[in-house]
Amino acid sequence: MAEIPDTRVPTVVVDDVHITYTVHGARTGRGSATSALSRLASRGRNPGAREVHAVKGVSFAAYRGEAIGLIGSNGSGKSTLLKAVAGLLPPTRGRVHTQGQPSLLGVNAALMSDLTGERNVVLGGLAMGMTRRQIRERYQDIVDFSGINEKGDFITLPMRTYSSGMGARLRFSIAAAKSHDVLLIDEALSTGDARFQRRSKDRIRELRQEAGTVFLVSHSNKSITETCDRALWLESGTLRMDGPAAEVVAAYESFTGPRKAPPAQDVRPARPPTPRRSPTSARPAPEDEQ
Amino acid sequence: MEPAAPTPLPVHAPGELAALAARHGLTVSGARPSLPAYVGQLWGRRHFITAFAGAKLSAQYSQAKLGQIWQIMTPLLNATVYYFIFGVLMNTRNGVADFVPFLVTGVFIWTFTSSTVTAGTRAISGNTGLVRALHFPRASLPIALALQQLQQLMYSLVVLLLILLAFGQYPQPSWLLIIPALTLQALFSTGLSMAVARLAAQTPDIAQLMPFVLRTWMYASGVMWSLDTHLSSGRVPHAVVVALDCNPAAVYIDLMRFALIDSFTREQLPDHVWAVATGWALVFAIGGFVYFWKAEERYGRG
Repeated sequence: MAEIPDTRVPTVVVDDVHITYTVHGARTGRGSATSALSRLASRGRNPGAREVHAVKGVSFAAYRGEAIGLIGSNGSGKSTLLKAVAGLLPPTRGRVHTQGQPSLLGVNAALMSDLTGERNVVLGGLAMGMTRRQIRERYQDIVDFSGINEKGDFITLPMRTYSSGMGARLRFSIAAAKSHDVLLIDEALSTGDARFQRRSKDRIRELRQEAGTVFLVSHSNKSITETCDRALWLESGTLRMDGPAAEVVAAYESFTGPRKAPPAQDVRPARPPTPRRSPTSARPAPEDEQ
Repeated sequence: MEPAAPTPLPVHAPGELAALAARHGLTVSGARPSLPAYVGQLWGRRHFITAFAGAKLSAQYSQAKLGQIWQIMTPLLNATVYYFIFGVLMNTRNGVADFVPFLVTGVFIWTFTSSTVTAGTRAISGNTGLVRALHFPRASLPIALALQQLQQLMYSLVVLLLILLAFGQYPQPSWLLIIPALTLQALFSTGLSMAVARLAAQTPDIAQLMPFVLRTWMYASGVMWSLDTHLSSGRVPHAVVVALDCNPAAVYIDLMRFALIDSFTREQLPDHVWAVATGWALVFAIGGFVYFWKAEERYGRG
């Protein structure tokens, strides 16, 4: 790394990280009571448990002001890696060092669905450590940014009445209201409509200027090249390539097979023969499926 | 699965990245803060805790047509049901003067502890979205839920006050004792709820088991009858009766009865009752908090 000048400040250092986790119910299933009983009877070793090695020795350093895209086919370990960076999934081996507390923003992250959008904005802000005054000052910005109120007064309705796209937009808006040292975004951009995507790209640019680092997992190669300057390509849990976003995306595209201007949602390549997790698993699912 | 092109990856010498991180003062992600730092973080989120409790309380009956009227209706109906079963059908009131105030106080005070513990079983598992999306000290959740139950108890106390007046119990200085009694009970219940929250986060089956544990505890704590009158027949060893009398739920319930009901006298309380009540509160509040903190970095992983 001699070519990297000393003026760059690292915000995330991932040092030879391995992540394995145990999947329960992979074979026997926990559907029927009899199988659960037989599982109890054969105590000591669970025949349904299986080890999955999701991330195998990934190392890189991310610097302040960078926007880094994570690409790779389904099940390549992208989301698992992000969870480890966020501190939600401790690595089995190796270490993740971070500047401050990274914030993970995933499409699956639901806030409190029984409460109104308005209350969720306030609670989310308070949970992130903002003061009531800061929230009051930014409240209108958050609501405008999310675009929830563009088609009527939706912000005063409970979040359970929102469409999944609306919910994801509001969650992104809340998280983006505060400047983070490290912001991890898991496919959040692909859920909004075109206008929201444009706004969020602008906001990501601003967040980077506020001396942060942004990680973005997306299956849309277009949003990676437009938003990020650097990209990491993960395949089967190992780092395949690390470099300028355009180069890495080009290499990834030639790997998955050329396509003619695919729509954003349709870039998902065929699933590689990586270990599949059972849908009944209650363990952390490192899948980036929704 | 052949590589598309042999692309050079940056090569890191062993220890190089760790040294880089150390040089710039990066911290290890997902490490648990020290106990004093954790208390500090929690204090920093006090507005979140109160806002969360308030929001949960108002969302609780938001799908019911009668809305917030259920805050009052629920304790009232509970008291009615228990009065019908234990007062009318089973005639447990033998030997208990002022049975209705006795019963209603017992039910309301018990409900506070029991619903706080029940809320604890869902504190983490019911808020995984929040836990995985945002970083905040996780103890905020069981504490906020306990606070919500305390606010709920305030509604119940209004109902209780009306019932006491209706049955000829009038305000007097001893009523002030409910403040220390409720404070100690709240500390105890919150601590227990934090311990249960950790257990249930690791083993979700705890949530299935808890109703049975709580029901057994309720019958053993003299919520609907006087433990002394029912167990002093010699059928049960004296030591067991003393142990049941000193169990935290019974202690807090009896302290409230002592504070509010004229005919419930000092003789019906166990010895050193305030010391016992304080002891339970401190042991559980501190123990439960430390126990919860010890697994802080693991919540929300499942």
